Amino acid sequence: MKNKLIYVFATSLFLIFIAISFLVSFKPGKIIASNLIDYSFEILQFFPFAFILIGLFQVWMKRETVEKHLGKNSGWQGYFWAIILGGCTFGPLIVALPIAHSLYKKGAGIKIILTYIGASAICRIPMTIFEASYLGVPFTIVRYSVSLPLVVISSIIFGSYLEKANYKIKIKE
Amino acid sequence: MIILAVITAIFVIISFFMDRNKTIAAFKVAIERFIKILMPLFIVLVLVSAGSYFIPDKKMVSNILGGSNLYINTLIASLIGSISLMPGFIAFPLGGLLRANSVQFMVISAFTTTLMMVGFLTFPIEQTYFGTKVAVIRNLISFGIAITVALATGIIFGEMFV
Repeated sequence: MKNKLIYVFATSLFLIFIAISFLVSFKPGKIIASNLIDYSFEILQFFPFAFILIGLFQVWMKRETVEKHLGKNSGWQGYFWAIILGGCTFGPLIVALPIAHSLYKKGAGIKIILTYIGASAICRIPMTIFEASYLGVPFTIVRYSVSLPLVVISSIIFGSYLEKANYKIKIKE
Repeated sequence: MIILAVITAIFVIISFFMDRNKTIAAFKVAIERFIKILMPLFIVLVLVSAGSYFIPDKKMVSNILGGSNLYINTLIASLIGSISLMPGFIAFPLGGLLRANSVQFMVISAFTTTLMMVGFLTFPIEQTYFGTKVAVIRNLISFGIAITVALATGIIFGEMFV
């Protein structure tokens, strides 16, 4: 509730700023407004698809299946699948977060979820191809071989801590 | 983008033929979730729009990161990477440009890795889904990993200790 008020306040403040910018022809305000429109379109290109896929996942995927492969007791296979899923995720962190959340809601373990978020950041396939072609394959190999183990290890440590603290993710209303 | 649209369309069609009601339910879930995230998403977009007005252009970035002290450059690169938000198809060509301006791999690595792993601007969204504490700690861990990756890159490419 408190968060919501802050959002509403910040949004109104911003809209007033934009409105005044247009009234007095304040250039930075106008540029920011046109940036906002550009970025909104960019985001809206892939957000609806991502959310439709999440919706389908939510409806069709059996809880037992997610629990078996990505649950608390899924063992090393859970991490394996988390990395594969992360690699196949389209779009940046902003898309991986709602996907991670819906996986969690279906019974995936917190360590696995953290691994998935990390993996989606560092080993998305399209991005890797881009990276290797601009910065060279050795660069990519070094980055993978250092970051991936660290992501898994830190997810296990942080995840165990959260499990012990009896952490529950609940989406804020 | 087109691939994503095609994949989504295929799944929707298959789902529709298998069970019409479930497909409608899936769309309801999609819309509900989208509405829930709309506010934080808007804030993120505002921050990005304002940020890209203030953040200097590509040439300035390569001037800033091409300073004489490797470690300071790496630190600055990791901070810029943490607070920016840009798609890979812009970030990596930028990395290539930095390389062409003889910025070290270690500095580029700090920039691209924090860019991918640390989300200062997306924080409102992460907070909505996972709570403040998890979002803060996850970003701090990611920053640490990115610095480690940069140091490893520096050692392996022989840019450190010279």
